[in-house]
Amino acid sequence: MAGTDPLFGIDGNALALRSQRMALLASNIANAATPNYKARDFDFQKALAAANNGSATADAANGALGYRVPLETSLDGNTVELQTEQTQFAENAVQYRSTLSFLQARIATVMTALKGD
Amino acid sequence: MANNLSIFDISGRAMSAQLVRLNTTASNLANANTVSTTKEGAFRSLKPVFTTVGAQPGIATVQVSKVVTAGTDPTQRHDPSNPLADKDGNVWDAGVDSAGELVEMMETARQYQNNVQVLQTAKSLTLDTLRLEK
Repeated sequence: MAGTDPLFGIDGNALALRSQRMALLASNIANAATPNYKARDFDFQKALAAANNGSATADAANGALGYRVPLETSLDGNTVELQTEQTQFAENAVQYRSTLSFLQARIATVMTALKGD
Repeated sequence: MANNLSIFDISGRAMSAQLVRLNTTASNLANANTVSTTKEGAFRSLKPVFTTVGAQPGIATVQVSKVVTAGTDPTQRHDPSNPLADKDGNVWDAGVDSAGELVEMMETARQYQNNVQVLQTAKSLTLDTLRLEK
């Protein structure tokens, strides 16, 4: 099925991808002290475009996956920079919440239409 | 096992790894001023070895694979009045860098806190998602 879901539009895929990105950023934060761990993230726009073209959200996220380029190098080969990961995590959480409110509005509209009052 | 890690698994396990690290730091600091008759008997600081666990690309948590002794060697000190001194009047001080351990403790606490924060955010977002149809 090409295109987006008729009921939830682009937001259904967006919510699933936001949730996956949250797990990814949580992994980076969890491994902040692991030697040689390489921080990863995915290109959200690219993943969303792939998901809207019909691929499963997990595959879409994996397809857009890359490694974070650190601003400073560290001695133990770890590329997690907590300040970066924390801001990205916070931003992603806000975007998750905004996607939720879009969905909520959509559901309310559909419910109003169904009730017909 | 690590095939389908949820955010709760990721942060929860990271928290327990950081807790092991905090425990080793506490025992290092507790033993910082101990002395011993022999070099072998002297306390050396303990350090956890962190390794990444996870099968899915990018989704990974952390575990303590082992705890090793590391850091500075015990130092010899001349102290004939110490009951533990050997026949030459020397004792061995524990090989612990107290300032370094304190820094490590702060860092551990901060990283533990970061994981708690992640867990809190994930929990509130999950609950909001459950309330979506209301």
